[in-house]
Amino acid sequence: MGLLIKNAMIVNADKIWDKPHDILCEEGKITKIASGIATGGHETIDASGKKVLPGLIDIHTHLRQPGREDKETIETGSRAAVKGGFTSIMCMPNTNPVIDNAMVVEFIIREAKRVGLCNVYPVGAISKGLQDGELTDMAELKASGCLAFSDDGKAVLNSRLFRLAMEYAKMLDVLIIEHCQDPLLSAGGVMNEGVVSTRIGLKGDPGISETVTVARDIEIALYLNARVHLAHMSLKRSCELIRFAKSQGVKVTAEACPHHFVLTDEACGSFDTSTKVNPPLRSKEDVQAIKEAIAEGTIDCIVTDHAPHTKEDKEVGFDTAPFGLIGLETSLGLTVTELVKGGFIDLAQMVDKMSSAPARIAGLASKGVIKQGFDADITIIDPDKEWTVTREGFVSKSKNSPFIGRKLFSQVEYTICAGKVVYKF
Amino acid sequence: MSWKHKHLLGLADLSREDLELVLETAKSFKEVSSRDIKKVPALRGKTVVTLFFEASTRTRISFELAAKRLSADTLNIAVNVSSTSKGETLLDTARNIEAMNVDAMVVRHSSSGAVFLLAEGLNCSVVNAGDGCREHPTQALLDMFTLQEKFGRIEGLKIGIVGDILHSRVARSNIWGLTKLGAKVTVCGPATLMPRGIEALGVDVCYDLKKVLKQSDAVIALRLQKERQQDKFLPSLREYSRLFGIDQAKLNEGSDHLIVMHPGPTNRGVELSADVADGKQSVILDQVTNGVAVRMAVLYLVLGTKVSEGG
Repeated sequence: MGLLIKNAMIVNADKIWDKPHDILCEEGKITKIASGIATGGHETIDASGKKVLPGLIDIHTHLRQPGREDKETIETGSRAAVKGGFTSIMCMPNTNPVIDNAMVVEFIIREAKRVGLCNVYPVGAISKGLQDGELTDMAELKASGCLAFSDDGKAVLNSRLFRLAMEYAKMLDVLIIEHCQDPLLSAGGVMNEGVVSTRIGLKGDPGISETVTVARDIEIALYLNARVHLAHMSLKRSCELIRFAKSQGVKVTAEACPHHFVLTDEACGSFDTSTKVNPPLRSKEDVQAIKEAIAEGTIDCIVTDHAPHTKEDKEVGFDTAPFGLIGLETSLGLTVTELVKGGFIDLAQMVDKMSSAPARIAGLASKGVIKQGFDADITIIDPDKEWTVTREGFVSKSKNSPFIGRKLFSQVEYTICAGKVVYKF
Repeated sequence: MSWKHKHLLGLADLSREDLELVLETAKSFKEVSSRDIKKVPALRGKTVVTLFFEASTRTRISFELAAKRLSADTLNIAVNVSSTSKGETLLDTARNIEAMNVDAMVVRHSSSGAVFLLAEGLNCSVVNAGDGCREHPTQALLDMFTLQEKFGRIEGLKIGIVGDILHSRVARSNIWGLTKLGAKVTVCGPATLMPRGIEALGVDVCYDLKKVLKQSDAVIALRLQKERQQDKFLPSLREYSRLFGIDQAKLNEGSDHLIVMHPGPTNRGVELSADVADGKQSVILDQVTNGVAVRMAVLYLVLGTKVSEGG
């Protein structure tokens, strides 16, 4: 008994199929793609009129468990993920305890399996306790399930340690993800430094805190001929640096978040603390540059940087509120609305940015494409259906979204993970 | 001309007419403070709470006196910030106080924009007594009142604001207010304490204090927080004082009708020398006197006017 998706208009990164096909999923894999596959006792979904994509993959999310289960858990985060069309997510290590030892990795994987909604891949810490001092036991962490390493939440400020981490990661063939933000330059900034921060008197974080780290990391990657993945790029200048590095053959990849291509720092003028995020919301010019960089490929993929916080934590003054906003449930809608409907990319490119490229970057070889023999992770959407973001609609434990009230295109109709329906609208 | 605002959160939100109305109203209240019986019944039965999350003496007592001279009942609450950072949120604290049927809350908080959170979450009027680096509207209003008194107008005046512009809510409120009333504002201070893109607010930037003193009708010297040196914005207070401190010698080279203002408290010998602070060009004590009148006007307007919607 398998799952049969009838009349599927398949959208892969390399091709938007022009005729409907049937997809048969058995034992967690896609076993057959053809026209008129016999129903033969399989559970059947009719995908007529919808688009059928490889399951979305978010390589940058925060699940808060262990440690801050009041903000999010692996269970509620998984629920938010599948509602947003994601079948695989990578969770960042700034939990308590930190994901810097095999026990925590094993706990997360076990809990995610128990929840059984989507694949959860823990990202290991680069430095023990995120303290920027000593490297973690990366080989052991890899053996227990980490595909990537990051001190996300902050940059590895110690340049020598970062060099060593990249060398070591190269040997193990795992990914290093860098949160590019020099804390000495940020100097306690809570929003983008510019005319808006000057006007409203909030402490500015200058764009150079990001770009000097981008430039440093590119130089180290070039020197070592090693891979580096730059998290949540927010600036025009960062895109220029990455474009140049790629033209020189540096093994650099980069990601961007929907809030950085939808909102500008003007949004902080409302003092709504859900607009307080790291890196901060930038200028109009930066927003435009990020969209263009996604379209032309300088930015490889789109991630959520889903960062849940409780109402109590966010209902304080702007400068004391924690950084971050939730994104798992709005990422697809924002991307379709702003980038696809906005004419920057087509649906196939979107599949690349939200599934194929993340799979490639993270090393998930059997994901990111709808193809016989690949994992049966599939997201069925209606890209033209409009819906409104509401506070009550979020299944995430936290509601810190600056997009509440916004109308978005693209409804997730079904999310299928390992051949099993894990979400149905 | 009528007042339509339930709150006073900043001068950025006010129109020229609003500003003129406050200054006009303050003029009549100034007279009240010079009487033998310094009291009018305008706000009898109203309760005004000052809720200060940052230390302050003169602003708080100025508001308190203003409320008392309008016959309002007053209550002063100083909140130790460390106790609110645990558990109870800012809004919780304010809601608890409001639950005792308060009509207006005068709030000072170290977070820029904190007053917006309160104005949105409370039913009473909120008056901003300084929020972070954002605005200190009543200080700017009393500065403008004093300028109006001294020069008979604000339109066309040339005003220099000198010091730590980056962290100054007094500077920001004055920039909004003065430019709306047609004054020409020049900001002057160390480049490390000059916020990026300040020109977009309609001011000129000048790093040469002597030039500013020469061209201005009035200068507002800002208080320099001593922590700025520890934060490495400044090499030393001595160097600051040499470049941006106003002493009599520098003043003598300035315009002959120049007046010197300061929001207080003054670091004597840093931003102003003692002889300048006490000198004949200083109007610092007039500012303090006018502060009460301006705050009476503000409380009267936000509480004395029926407003259907928040503004």
